[in-house]
Amino acid sequence: MPKAGHDEMKQASGGLAMNLSSLRFFSASAVLLAATPAIAEPASKIDAGDTAWMIAATALVLMMTIPGLALFYAGMVRKKNVLATMAQSVAAVCIVSILWALLGYTLAFSGDAPALGNLERALLHGIGMDTVSPLAKTIPESLFMIYQMTFAIITVALVSGAVADRMRFSAFVLFSILWLFIVYVPLAHWVWGGGFLQTLGLLDFAGGTVVHINAGVAGLVAALVLGKRRGYGTENLAPYDLSMAVIGTGMLWVGWFGFNGGSALGAGSRASMAIVATHLAASAGALTWMLLEWKDRNKPSVLGIISGAIAGLGTITPASGFVLPWHGIVIGIVAGGACYWACTRLKLWLGYDDSLDVFGVHGVGGFLGVTLTGVFATAAVSIDASTPNGFPGLIDGNPRQVLIQLAGAAVTIAWSGIGTLVILKLVGAVTALRVTPEAEQIGLDVTLHGESIHS
Amino acid sequence: MKLITAIIKPFKLEDVRDALTKIGVAGLTVAEVKGFGRQKGHTEIYRGAEYTVNFLPKIKIEVVVPDERADRVVEAIATAAKTGQIGDGKIFVIEVEHALRIRTGETDSDAL
Repeated sequence: MPKAGHDEMKQASGGLAMNLSSLRFFSASAVLLAATPAIAEPASKIDAGDTAWMIAATALVLMMTIPGLALFYAGMVRKKNVLATMAQSVAAVCIVSILWALLGYTLAFSGDAPALGNLERALLHGIGMDTVSPLAKTIPESLFMIYQMTFAIITVALVSGAVADRMRFSAFVLFSILWLFIVYVPLAHWVWGGGFLQTLGLLDFAGGTVVHINAGVAGLVAALVLGKRRGYGTENLAPYDLSMAVIGTGMLWVGWFGFNGGSALGAGSRASMAIVATHLAASAGALTWMLLEWKDRNKPSVLGIISGAIAGLGTITPASGFVLPWHGIVIGIVAGGACYWACTRLKLWLGYDDSLDVFGVHGVGGFLGVTLTGVFATAAVSIDASTPNGFPGLIDGNPRQVLIQLAGAAVTIAWSGIGTLVILKLVGAVTALRVTPEAEQIGLDVTLHGESIHS
Repeated sequence: MKLITAIIKPFKLEDVRDALTKIGVAGLTVAEVKGFGRQKGHTEIYRGAEYTVNFLPKIKIEVVVPDERADRVVEAIATAAKTGQIGDGKIFVIEVEHALRIRTGETDSDAL
C-alpha cells in the first residue's frame, strides 16, 4: 500500500470539534478552502468508480463471514454443535465491528509509527464526508475503515474453527475482544498501516500474514491449549451436513474476489489481475486436493474438493496483486498439495486436534503464500504512480524479497503464537475456556444456547 | 390377523408398495430405521479421519392383514424387495390380537 503524508483535507479538518454535524463540517471545510488558496487544491479526489467497487468489495468480504464462514464451519461439525459454531461467526461480526470503530481502526491505520497507530481516529473522530485516508486516497475514509473492518472480522471468526465443538461462548467472546486488540491490530498496522514490516518491504497484498498465518497459528495454539475434543480418534465425529459447507465455500470463494480484488483499494487492472489469479488458484487447489485424495483413498471427496479450494484461496491471498495469472495456478497447486498433507498427515503425526483445520489450511497456506509472493512477484503487476518500479520478486531478479517475506512470516508466527497463548491464559484465569465433559457430550447448541436443530 | 414387519433396502420401498397395492393391501406404515445384519458397514473419510459406519439405513414396513392373506403378502414383499445381494433384509410375521379403526370404532378385520 502506498504511503503518503496527511492530505490537506485532513489538516483543514483537524481543528474541528467532534460534535459538528457532517453538513457543518462540509461547509466549514469549503470556507477554509476558499479562504486559503494555498490549500485550495485538494490532495485527494474521491473517485466514483473506485468507491463503487470498494463498497461492493466490502459487502463481499462481510458475506464471507456471514453466512459464508458460518455455513462452511457449521457444515463440518456434528449436528449438536451447528448453532454454537454459527454463533461464533455472528458474534465475531458484531463484537469486532463495534470495537473496530471505537479503537481498532485508529490503532491500526492512523499514523505511520513503526509499532502502532495513534488515536487520531478514535471513535471515528474526524471522519467526515470528504476525508480520505493517506492509505487509500481515492475512496472515502469511512469506506476504507469499514473495508478493513471486514478483514478483522473474518480473521477473528476463522480462529473459532480450531476450537469448534468445545470452547465456551463466553470465553470466546472475551478471547475475541483481547485478540483483536493485542494480536490483530498491531499486525495490521505493521503490515499495512505504515508499521515496521511495511517499511521493511514485506509484500502482503490481502492478508497472508495478517489474516491467514495469524488465524492459523492462533488456531493451532488455541487447539493445543483447549485440548482435544472428547472422542477424538475413537468416536465418529463425522460432519453433520457437508452440503452446508459447500454453500459456505461458494460464498467464501465469490467473496474472495472482494477480499483480494478489493485490496487494490480501487477499480482497475490490478484489482482485476488479483481476481484472476485468485480464481485460478482456487480452482487449481481444489483439483490438486481432489486428485491426491482420489489416488490415496480411491474416492474424490466433496470435503476434499472444497478444502483444496479454500487452501488455494488462502495461499494466493498475499500474492494476488503482485503476480501474474499463471502464477496463481502454480501457487494453487502447491497449496492443494501442502495443505492436503498438513491436514491428513502432519496433524496425525503431531497429534493436535484442530477441529476444522484452521492451521492446516490457513496457517500452512498463509506461510506458503507469503513465501511464494517473494518468489513470483512480478514488478509489472504492481507499477502505479506511487511505485513506478513495481515490486519484483525472485523470478523478476530480486531474490532478497524471499528473505523479507520469510522475516515477515516469522514475526507473524511469533506474535500470533505468543499473543494467543497469553490471551488464552488470561481468559482462562477469569473463566473456564472449555465446556464441561457432560455439556460436550450433550452438545453446545443446547447447553450454551438453549436451542437445537429439529430435523 | 397377522402383523407383517419387513426390513428392506430403502430404494426398494416403491417396488414393495406397488406389489402390495396390486394384491389389494389397503394401507401400511413405513419408518426409516438403522441397523446391522450380515451386511457390513462402510468407511467414511473426512480429511484423513476414518469412521466406520456400522448401522446402515433401512426401511421398516408394517402391515396388518387377515390371516388368510398373510402368505401372499409375505411373498409379494419378498419378491419385490429381493436383489439377491447381501443386505436385502428380513420379514417377520406376528399374531395380532385386536384391531380398531379410531374414526368409526370398527374392529378386527373390518378395521384393516
